[in-house]
Amino acid sequence: MKAFHEALLDPALQAPEGLHDGRGGAAGKRFDVYRNNVMQSLTDVMRAGFPVVRKLIGAANFDIVAGAFIRAHPPTQPIMQRYGGGFDGFLAEVPQLASLGYLGDVARLEQALRLSYHAADTEPLGASALASMSPEQVARTRLIFAPTVHLIASVWPLYDIWRYNSEDGAPKPQPVAQHVLITRAGFDPAPHPLSPAQSAWIAALMAGTTLDGAQDAASAVEPDCDIAAPMALLFAQNALTALKGTA
Amino acid sequence: MMLDARQTPPALPNTPGVGFKPAHFQGLTSDPGPVGWIEVHAENYMADGGRQIAQLRALSEQFAVSVHGVGLSIGGAQALDTDHLARLKHLCDWVKPASFSEHLAWSTHGAEFMNDLLPLPYTGATLTHVAAHINQVQDTLGRRMLLENPSSYLAFDDSTLSETDFLAELVSRTGCGLLLDVNNVFISATNLGSGARDYIDAYPLSAVGEVHVGGHAEDADEHGAPLLIDSHGAPVADAVWTLLGDVLARTGPLPTLVEWDNDVPDWPTLRAEAARAADALALV
Amino acid sequence: MSNTMKTAALMGAVAAAMAAQTSGVSAASKEKCYGISLAGENSCKAGEGTTCAGSSTVDYQGNAWTLVDAGTCAEIDLPAMADGTPREGALNELNRDRPA
Repeated sequence: MKAFHEALLDPALQAPEGLHDGRGGAAGKRFDVYRNNVMQSLTDVMRAGFPVVRKLIGAANFDIVAGAFIRAHPPTQPIMQRYGGGFDGFLAEVPQLASLGYLGDVARLEQALRLSYHAADTEPLGASALASMSPEQVARTRLIFAPTVHLIASVWPLYDIWRYNSEDGAPKPQPVAQHVLITRAGFDPAPHPLSPAQSAWIAALMAGTTLDGAQDAASAVEPDCDIAAPMALLFAQNALTALKGTA
Repeated sequence: MMLDARQTPPALPNTPGVGFKPAHFQGLTSDPGPVGWIEVHAENYMADGGRQIAQLRALSEQFAVSVHGVGLSIGGAQALDTDHLARLKHLCDWVKPASFSEHLAWSTHGAEFMNDLLPLPYTGATLTHVAAHINQVQDTLGRRMLLENPSSYLAFDDSTLSETDFLAELVSRTGCGLLLDVNNVFISATNLGSGARDYIDAYPLSAVGEVHVGGHAEDADEHGAPLLIDSHGAPVADAVWTLLGDVLARTGPLPTLVEWDNDVPDWPTLRAEAARAADALALV
Repeated sequence: MSNTMKTAALMGAVAAAMAAQTSGVSAASKEKCYGISLAGENSCKAGEGTTCAGSSTVDYQGNAWTLVDAGTCAEIDLPAMADGTPREGALNELNRDRPA
């Protein structure tokens, strides 16, 4: 099985010895059914997982790059929903794609959408939990995020690039840095654009900082950063599950 | 280990079943036609949550469920992945499926998972480790499993046993049941120049707990010999329906699954294929 | 920002969250319990288009890739980003840059 296995992913290798066609002949190219099916099935997984990367570089290019990724990093566990991690870093190392600086961030976004889709279901936290507190208590509170939530930092217009390739008639991306928050209010993950300061506020909260401390983190990026919009987003999108006070 | 009868779910009904596709959720649940049970691939339901888990939870309240593993690599020489076995146990514990089945095939070598059902030689040595793997699965899950015959595109010079003798010996050593994929029998017999009916004659039919039918594609090898591909992307071929009829005439009615995984049709088309399976079941 | 302003901003955000949540999406509604998966799936079929033709031997030759068509990246034309990250171009420009 070692020779069989090695020849599956390496088209330069001869098909293994000791195989026949049941009709008195050698198996010959019949081995390529397995070889092609391994590549085809794994390429299908990559296509399903990274539709925007595929659209950005074109279907034929995507198959070539995904094929190279598969040969370099075949799955190491049997659940295909989880395959494709590390594709962002792989894309960043492909010389032919070097000037598409945003491609790795798009791959990270798509991978995070998949993780969110399959993450655990949780009971959302209601905003009334905060509204019933004194301002001093609110400032000392830390928020617990649902496992469906992901934050992707980027120096590119990441949300607009994703949207331009996901929605008919979406506007072309403009040169502005967009971070992306992924939430899953029901069963469908959704990306939301954030300014760098809003992203800093959420990143601080996700790291376990108090609301007071998160405000400082946001202000360090942008002095008059509006936190009402991202706070409303977190609650409207069921992004929070619990809160923790500080004694 | 004695299984508590109260914890053992009822067996699959002797009706048509379908391989579940998310696109069919609404059609299947609102208009199942003759479909009395569904089959899902275990590895697609191992997430922590989300829509697919919610769908399976809802389906398991309406239909008997067969959990069909495609990733355990039972036919491999190396030890089973105990993390994966634990995931299968968790899935079976909450779904309480009427049946659990896997394949006579391998997919993992070393740390690499090839995402394909790969063939093995049929020898005394492979018989020993496959039997040990089946025993390990049955002991872990606390239930009898079914083992499915593969679709073959080639065979091994090293094989000393026929596939049917190999399967019969596994049944006798482990007490497992069998999942007879009639389409795979037809594909392998065509591809290897043997007889599908000879295979059925030699096959341990009394151990069968479920049958599969599905569509295949026609190709040819470099010598022009026919090479059928197990594509599950077309209606079931007439010759496979005929072979199914021959099998059911000998076994009596069995849970009969229609598999359609590529170019998945709309629900009414798949329901019509299931109705053909119902017709075959009605004749026995 | 003064502490008073900070507190006002924070409590304003809490009020906004209250307003947003009443019009928010409810989780796990039954009618949304179907749809198309975002992820690749396991299957026991042969992949679409699988044959014994050896196309896999010609398409993937180490690093000597030729990128053969352009996707939508050719339509996305961004000037150099403010932080100095490089301007990206279309794939046909990349083809000239690939190593021999």
